[in-house]
Amino acid sequence: MFDYSKYLRASKLPHIWCPGCGHGIVMKSILRAIDKTGWEKDDIVVVSGIGCASRLPGYVDFNTLHTAHGRALAFATGIKLAKPKMHVIVVSGDGDALAIGGNHFIHACRRNIDITTIVFNNGIYGMTGGQYSPTTPDGDRSSTSPLGNMEPEFDVVKIAEGAGATFTARGTSYHVPQLDNYIHKALMHKGFSVVDVIEACYTTHGRVNKKKYPSNIDMLKFQKDNAIPIEKAKKLSEKELEGKIITGIFCEKERTEFTEKYQKIIDSFSGGEK
Amino acid sequence: MKYEVRFSGSGGQGIILASVILGTAAAIYENKETVQSQAYGPEARGGASKADVIISDEPVGYPKAREIDAMVCLSQKAAKKYITSLKKGGIVIIDSDFVDIPESKKYKLFKLPMSSTTLDKMGKLIALNIVSLSALVSITKIISHEALEKAITDSVPKGTESFNIEAALIGKTLAETAK
Amino acid sequence: MTGSKFEFIQGNIACAKGAAYAGCSFFGGYPITPSTEIAEYMSEYLPKNGGKFIQMEDEIASLGSIIGAALTGAKTMTSTSGPGFSLMQELIGYACIAEVPVVIVDIMRGGPSTGLPTSPAQSDLLQAKWGTHGDHPTIALVPSSVEEMFTETVRAFNLAEYFRTPVLVLGDEIIGHMREKIRIPDPGEIQIINRTVPDNSGICPLPYASDSGKPACIPNFGKSRFHVTGLNHDITGFPTMDPAIVARENERILAKIYEQREIVDKWEEIECKDADILMLSVGSAARAAEEAVKTLRNKGIKAGLFRPLTLWPFPKDTFVKYAERAKYIIVPEMNLGQLKTVAERFTKRSKIIPVNLVNGEPISPEHIISVTNYLNI
Repeated sequence: MFDYSKYLRASKLPHIWCPGCGHGIVMKSILRAIDKTGWEKDDIVVVSGIGCASRLPGYVDFNTLHTAHGRALAFATGIKLAKPKMHVIVVSGDGDALAIGGNHFIHACRRNIDITTIVFNNGIYGMTGGQYSPTTPDGDRSSTSPLGNMEPEFDVVKIAEGAGATFTARGTSYHVPQLDNYIHKALMHKGFSVVDVIEACYTTHGRVNKKKYPSNIDMLKFQKDNAIPIEKAKKLSEKELEGKIITGIFCEKERTEFTEKYQKIIDSFSGGEK
Repeated sequence: MKYEVRFSGSGGQGIILASVILGTAAAIYENKETVQSQAYGPEARGGASKADVIISDEPVGYPKAREIDAMVCLSQKAAKKYITSLKKGGIVIIDSDFVDIPESKKYKLFKLPMSSTTLDKMGKLIALNIVSLSALVSITKIISHEALEKAITDSVPKGTESFNIEAALIGKTLAETAK
Repeated sequence: MTGSKFEFIQGNIACAKGAAYAGCSFFGGYPITPSTEIAEYMSEYLPKNGGKFIQMEDEIASLGSIIGAALTGAKTMTSTSGPGFSLMQELIGYACIAEVPVVIVDIMRGGPSTGLPTSPAQSDLLQAKWGTHGDHPTIALVPSSVEEMFTETVRAFNLAEYFRTPVLVLGDEIIGHMREKIRIPDPGEIQIINRTVPDNSGICPLPYASDSGKPACIPNFGKSRFHVTGLNHDITGFPTMDPAIVARENERILAKIYEQREIVDKWEEIECKDADILMLSVGSAARAAEEAVKTLRNKGIKAGLFRPLTLWPFPKDTFVKYAERAKYIIVPEMNLGQLKTVAERFTKRSKIIPVNLVNGEPISPEHIISVTNYLNI
């Protein structure tokens, strides 16, 4: 059995997350993946914005920074560039990363800076009580889409790859061993890596869409029933994939990493780090 | 002693650089109290542009020229706009190839064919700002030609120093012939 | 003065050189007129000297990046102008509550909105004080010359490090773009204050315990693990909603500055002691005010100038001392009365004569003097 106590700030628990929330599952997955890297706790920074998922840094015993809504990647970029030896991990909700923080997200992808971003994608603004987000499924009700969501959703993985991220993967809070693997690979990847984790928020999302999600167990079951590995998805038509969650590693490629390139320029003037 | 100089023309003519060189010469090589400032619009090329240099024995407070002792005008628009800020008896140096203003008892007018001379002697118009600056220095004697040459060497892109020093000589000669 | 060198440079370049002198090793910025020369200078200076420059995607990200970098131990800066300064308000509050030292340079231009990008104004004097939400400490310095762009930037870093707080430098288009001769001080000539860092005991000190009387202690990411948040927190750095602690900490971040005024206050007084006409002015407008004072004195009129270099917190005690005996208080400023509202707080409204200009032109000494023609002196 994995010993989480090494990585948790026990005095800060219990956490604020609701029963049935996926955030705890993903946090443990992150801790197992970090453990596998063998990194020193002092060399790790976990940065977040605002939202339920963004409370995670308070619970884990690393260098932790809880910033402003949407801005985690801006702070994280400063940390990584100023001190490249740090391992920088950003945890962010879907609204945080893709709405208010969308511009920072695409530019971090473009720079290919060696930061791992985990998107806790439950398709809802949970902390403010369940408003629709950039990843709320079409037609789902929320407190600001009482008639059903009329906006199409973002595909996190496609945005990330299109903007220049060099590692992208999607997992779910149901398929945990796979998620451990994606997060570990993302951490080990040199360059900007994104793991889109499909999760559920029963309290603010499920409860107002009872027909689709009768209980919080049904929300996890929804992930189980609808997840399709990318290899299998390649053989299916667009119609067959409608409403499905395609999981797996979507891209894994090498491209010059920003802080390494920067250090080379510095070294060409000084012959070493000052 | 306080002496106010204004360079005026349109964006891209290098009048800000001319003012910076005059300021550098006065401040660094002649140890005068000097303030240089400019006003400009959104255009990097074209539009109206002006740059002021105030040279004084006392510290300069307000940094903009108000009673101009000497002015260089490289465009008609600038000449028209700023001539009223000239002190009575002030000096106006115009590029007579493109600028025309009437003679007046209110000011001393120097009509120098700066564009055509620059093009003729240097083969390109890019040195017009240095030619006009040097003409101004020669006419006003506000700083020495030696200080001007040193400031030019400090301020222009590397490799163009001798080209610009040559331009300064052309401006000097042009001004001396006009007297 | 050995080895020192005179330079004829722009205010913005003097600001960048001041940052370098103070030990700035990280700059995050976004291009905006009329401040861009600062970013341009740092983009070459920093990588050539082992530091880091990054052009972020907007001004919010710029400030975010330098707060992050500051938490790794770097001295950091950004520069901007009105519209960018408006965007930065969000994270100025963050740096205040999380107590992160950063320097923010605002080269003011005409506004509101895009306004007059290439023209001077003093449009952000009050935004600097009240722009971000919540009660927060503000230190804002207002230089009036190219030399002060250098020295006040150095002082901004010193105050930021000492108090663990963001420090603002409010230049304007005139001060930023004009050139004057300055002497770059030799290393060591101006005292440089550095934050203290925890010793090597391995114990992380309480990151938000108060450090009165000495430069603040900040643990650095990578040395000792601690938590930083923009939520109200206790002295261990973790969020709390305990009313007593929240009140105490909110008051402490203000008190740490207001109770050490002798460290933060700075002003210049010119002929104030017997002034019948007292001028209150800052930045480039104060240059015109100073000339106006000289002209009026030559005419036998007892005029004086009180010029805060630290605008926030406002040096009210000294101002009040001179304002009380003066018959008139003239407040020249390139806005429609921001500094005037400050004067009104501390002296009789009827004595105050505003001199305002918001047309993109600087206020001239003649403009200020013309106001005195109607006064009964």
